[in-house]
Amino acid sequence: MGKKVAVVGFGQTKGRSARKDVNGVELINEAVVAALADAELTIKDIDAVVIGNMDHFEGVNYVDSWSVEGSGGVMKPIFKVTTGGTTGTTVAMSAYYHVASGMFDKVLAIGWEKNSESDTTGAIITAFDPVWERPNLGGAIAGLALEASKYMSTYGITERDGARVAVRERLHALNNPFAHLHQEWMKGIPVDQLVELLVTSKENVMLAYPLRMSDMCPRTDAAAAAIFASEDVAEKMAAVPAWVASTTNRHNFALAGDVDMDRNTTMASAAKRAFEKAGIKEPLKEIGVCELYLPYSYAGLKWMEDYGFCAYGEGPKLVWDKVTDMDGELPVNPSGGVMSSNPIGATGLIRVGEAALQIMRKAGTRQVQKDVNFAFITGFGGCYWADVMVLGKKKPS
Amino acid sequence: MDVQNIYYDGRIKIPYTWYVGETGSRFLIALRDNKEIWGNQCPQCKKVFVPPMKTCGECFVPTGEWLKLADTGTVESFTVVHYENGVAKRPLPVIYGLIKIDGASGSLLHFIGDVKPEKVKIGMRVKAVFAEKRGGTILDISHFAPVKG
Ligand SMILES: [Zn+2]
Repeated sequence: MGKKVAVVGFGQTKGRSARKDVNGVELINEAVVAALADAELTIKDIDAVVIGNMDHFEGVNYVDSWSVEGSGGVMKPIFKVTTGGTTGTTVAMSAYYHVASGMFDKVLAIGWEKNSESDTTGAIITAFDPVWERPNLGGAIAGLALEASKYMSTYGITERDGARVAVRERLHALNNPFAHLHQEWMKGIPVDQLVELLVTSKENVMLAYPLRMSDMCPRTDAAAAAIFASEDVAEKMAAVPAWVASTTNRHNFALAGDVDMDRNTTMASAAKRAFEKAGIKEPLKEIGVCELYLPYSYAGLKWMEDYGFCAYGEGPKLVWDKVTDMDGELPVNPSGGVMSSNPIGATGLIRVGEAALQIMRKAGTRQVQKDVNFAFITGFGGCYWADVMVLGKKKPS
Repeated sequence: MDVQNIYYDGRIKIPYTWYVGETGSRFLIALRDNKEIWGNQCPQCKKVFVPPMKTCGECFVPTGEWLKLADTGTVESFTVVHYENGVAKRPLPVIYGLIKIDGASGSLLHFIGDVKPEKVKIGMRVKAVFAEKRGGTILDISHFAPVKG
C-alpha cells in the first residue's frame, strides 16, 4: 500500500451558462486561487499539478501547457487527464495516485470546462465510435433516454418518479451559491406539486421520451481545484482532512448497443469494490452523504439500486420516502448535483470537493446536519464507464 | 469599468478518415453488396457480436466463426427524439432504438421507422429496411420497421 492521502483544500467558481468575462486560463486561475486560500497554501507549496477537461469542448489540445499562467504549473510536473464525463473524478484519482506513490506530498488537482465555447452535443458525440455509432446517435440525451425507457418498462417506473429526483436536485441547489441553476420559483411549493408541474407543463419540453428539459443537466462554464496531501503533512494543513478511503474505476463496452440497459454494471462493480476496500459493509447506514454524478433524473433511481442502497426497482421508494433529502438518512447531492451544474471536466472534481467539504464541515448553507464518517462520490462517462471514490473522516488504517 | 467581451470565431473543420479494419469491413461489405447482416462469435463465451469485433473484450481472445444472421430482431429499448442534431439529419421526431438482431448477443443502435412513435413498444419485432443507395456504412440499413402480420 502507498501513503495515505487526504483532500485538504477545495475551491470552485460559480457555475454560469457563459463566463464571457474570462478566458479558460483565467477561469482556471479563479478556482486555483480559491483552493490555495482554503488550504492556506501558496503555489510554492505545490509539488505537481493534474489538470483535466474534455478537449473537444474548447478545441484546445495542449491544455497542460496552455493553462500554466492560470494553474500555477510553471516549471512544475503537470499531468493532463481527459476521460470524458469522468474527467474530474479521474483527475482526483490521478492526484491521489501521485501522492500515494510517495513521490509528491502536495498535488493540485484541477478540472474545468467552458461549455459555452462550442456545441456540447456535437462534442459529446466524439466520445462515441466514429464508424458504428456516430452516424446514428443523437448525443447524450438520446442515449440516456434509451436507458430510462428500458428501466421504466422493466420495473414499472413512472415519469413522476423521475421528476421527484429532478425536484430534489433543484431544491438542494438553492442552498448552494456555486450551483448554476437556481430555480427560485420552486421555493415554498410542496414537492408533490412541483413533481406534478414538471410532468404536465407544456413549457417543460419533451426532448427524447421520457426525458424532458427538467430531467437533464445544464451545460455550464466553471472550474474547480482540490489539494491532495500526504499523511506526512495533511494534518498540519487541515483541521479535519478528508481522507481517501478507497477509489477505483470500471469500463466494460465501447458500443452503447452492448450496454446492459437494465443495470449499470460498471457503477455496481466499482461501488462494490470501493466499499470493500473502505471496510463499508452496510452502505446505506455507514455512508453519511453522497455526491453522485447523476447526469439525468432516472440515474438517481436506477443507479442507487446498483450502488446497493436498495433492491432493484426500489429506487423510487427510497427517493419518495425522503431518504435522500437533506435531512434524510442518506442525503444525496446537497450541492444540487450535476443536474444543477455540469461544467463537464470540473463536474467530477466538484463531487469530490463537495464531499470533502461535508466531511470537513465547511459546506456552509448546504452542510448536512448528521455526522459524516464516509462520503461516497461517483463519476460517469459516455458509454457507461464509472469512477468512484470514498472519502472518510478517519485516517485509513 | 464596462468592457465589451470580445470573442474570436473558430473555423476548424478537420476531415477525418476512419479506417474500419478488415473485420468491420467484411460486415459492411455484406451489408452493401448483399443486404446481409453478419456477426462473429467468441470461441470461448460464444457471444455473437453485431457489429463484429476482432477480439472478445471479456475473454480477450480473437473472435472466430462468422455467422450469417437474420435481418430481423427485437426492440430492446427506444426513445423518440424531438431535438435537432447535426449528425442524424432526419425529419423530427426521430425514433432511436436498441435492436437485438436475432442470434446476436448485444444490440445494435439504430433508427426505427415506418411506424408512428406512439405505436413503438419494447419487445416489438422489427426487420431491417436497407437503403436504396448503399455506400458501405452502418446507414446502409436505413432503419428498422415493424414486422408485418
Ligand atoms: Zn468471449
